[in-house]
Amino acid sequence: MSDNLYAQLISLTAGTLLLTAALIVWRRSLRACVRLLAIQGIALAGLVAVLGWHERTIELVLVSLLVLGLKAVLLPLVLSRNVLNHDDDREVPRLNPTASLIFAALLTMLAYIVCRPWMGDTDDPTSRAVPIGIALVLIGFLLLITRRRAASQLIGFLVLDNGIATVAFLTATGVPFIVELGASLDVLLVVLILQVLTGRMQVKFGGTDLDDLTELKD
Amino acid sequence: MAAFLFVPLVAALVGAAISSFNQPAAFRRFTGIGTSIAILVSGIALSAAALASHVESSVTGLLRADALSSYMLCVIGAVALTATWGGIRGSGTADGGRVYNALICAFLGAMSLAVLADNLGIMWVAIELTTIATAFLVGHARTGRALEAAWKYVILGSVGVAIAFLGIVLLYAATRESGSPTLSWLALDQGHLALNPALVKAAAALAVLGFATKAGLAPMHSWLPDAHSQAPAPVSGLMSGVLLAVAFYAVLRIQSIADAVLGPDLMRGMLAVGGLLSLAVAAALLVGQRDYKRMLAYSSVEHMGLMALGAAAGGVLGLTAVLLHILGHGLTKSSLFVVSGRIQGAEGTTTISNVRGLLARRPGLGVPFLIAMVALLGLPPFSLFFSEVGILIAAWTRGMGWVTAIALVLLLVVFAALARLTARLAFGAPEESESVDSPVDRSSHGPRTPLIIALSVTAVIAFVAVPLGSLLLSAVAVLSGGS
Repeated sequence: MSDNLYAQLISLTAGTLLLTAALIVWRRSLRACVRLLAIQGIALAGLVAVLGWHERTIELVLVSLLVLGLKAVLLPLVLSRNVLNHDDDREVPRLNPTASLIFAALLTMLAYIVCRPWMGDTDDPTSRAVPIGIALVLIGFLLLITRRRAASQLIGFLVLDNGIATVAFLTATGVPFIVELGASLDVLLVVLILQVLTGRMQVKFGGTDLDDLTELKD
Repeated sequence: MAAFLFVPLVAALVGAAISSFNQPAAFRRFTGIGTSIAILVSGIALSAAALASHVESSVTGLLRADALSSYMLCVIGAVALTATWGGIRGSGTADGGRVYNALICAFLGAMSLAVLADNLGIMWVAIELTTIATAFLVGHARTGRALEAAWKYVILGSVGVAIAFLGIVLLYAATRESGSPTLSWLALDQGHLALNPALVKAAAALAVLGFATKAGLAPMHSWLPDAHSQAPAPVSGLMSGVLLAVAFYAVLRIQSIADAVLGPDLMRGMLAVGGLLSLAVAAALLVGQRDYKRMLAYSSVEHMGLMALGAAAGGVLGLTAVLLHILGHGLTKSSLFVVSGRIQGAEGTTTISNVRGLLARRPGLGVPFLIAMVALLGLPPFSLFFSEVGILIAAWTRGMGWVTAIALVLLLVVFAALARLTARLAFGAPEESESVDSPVDRSSHGPRTPLIIALSVTAVIAFVAVPLGSLLLSAVAVLSGGS
């Protein structure tokens, strides 16, 4: 693969990651957010596949299949089952969409500023894309803080996780395979657990608005 | 001897399997105790090997037990034995304790894996597994409050630990830059790798921030009092006694790597701030506390803060005191949670003002509670006294004078608040009607032996130079870049 094509593919996949994150911040429909999350998973798997192709390692190609299966198919499927169970698909975030998008833009700028001392002025396409991973982490935090529904917090957690995975693949072409396997399993289990807890919440409180959780405090 | 590396993990798997599949419920009650004993025995065997300067590592190099890991394994085993044995009656539920016991075994196995892993990544996976195993244990009561506690615990725990993973990833990137990609403690600790300081700085800060969330250090502690007050008592004992300590063990390991590359300033600053904030939060929320389980939870925040101060001070005295504190706090706190579970069972409430006069009305519960509180308050001869003094002296002599002074004031507030609450619970005048009707309840509401053993051990360990003292010193040597 020519260097030019490689750089373009890295930019394309990383750009898709950032775009989907911004769209998740913007959209209020949970179903749309889950679909966007699936697209983000595909972009991440694509990024890994491009890296694997460039470095000519079979292991990375296997990892990209793992990422595709987990983040583009399995997790969105689990999430959408939960979302489809409810008639109420709307999220009412604490911030209106415009303010959220401005915050997301600020966080992306912050990510670029934070990354400068580590990355220096390289022309390496992977190093130049690292701030996008950090931006995803920060946007994940934004979602966790500003959203009220249980399912949206889950989506925020997964965006954050995608961001960490992006940083891992771009800076170190991924962690060792056994750690990658363990980490994927952990994420899957956490999502399943939160899913069960959401179900219990639905039964107990008749909704999944996290503002209902205010009994415990000092 | 290398087989002992696998004994805790295999025992946990077998325990979990027996709990979930086997028909006779009689076995099920003992799986937690069996796993704890297996962990304790392996810990002692591996410690003996480490003392004979023979570090056990598995063939694949993923598991390794130096003096520090072996010591932590002993702590996990001892505290788990106290909590599971002491809490053996508290697990009767609709499914016969099937899920409960299986999750307890999985939890113990995950903690053992976390301290035995020689690979930062594996350790991270194991620590995340502890969150997964305990999620349903926290939500076990199935009430709205338990659900709320479980949700907050899983979200904050996973997000915190995810941040730590970002740190680990950056550390891995740094080793990759230096030409030999590795996540092994052994390779990282020696300081031979020429790591990029800017990258290590970011990595260590993120990793410590993440693991500190799991260790319950302020300002990321908000999940802790909720989870500890809602979980069944033995689970609270395990979480407070060892889970926090295991997360803190990760902080200590990261600190030793960062110190080797960057010098001590970064970690010292972070840990000192976290420690003081934890003490302040505990002091502020203990003063007006009304719930005795939350009181114990905030006391855990206080003790984690003290350990953070000790780690910030560093040096042989500071680190030895921190490690001794981990054991003393684990045994004392797990006994206290076990007793508090029994009090809750007998009285049906966790509000302090509704329990008054425990010593006169229920001496079987009041006496162990009072003794354990005396140990927790840090009075001699209990080991917490010596480790607290050690931590404060280490901080004072190593140039943290102001920090020590503030910490002392905050500790005094915590001491006064805890003493007042304990006095109210144990001695306070019982309500008129009750004192007339009800006869004195001398039952201990569960086995006494584990509490007696745990508290006696806490009372004497500070005086045992051999083998505990030598084990602690070799564990400190591991953290100081030796071995």
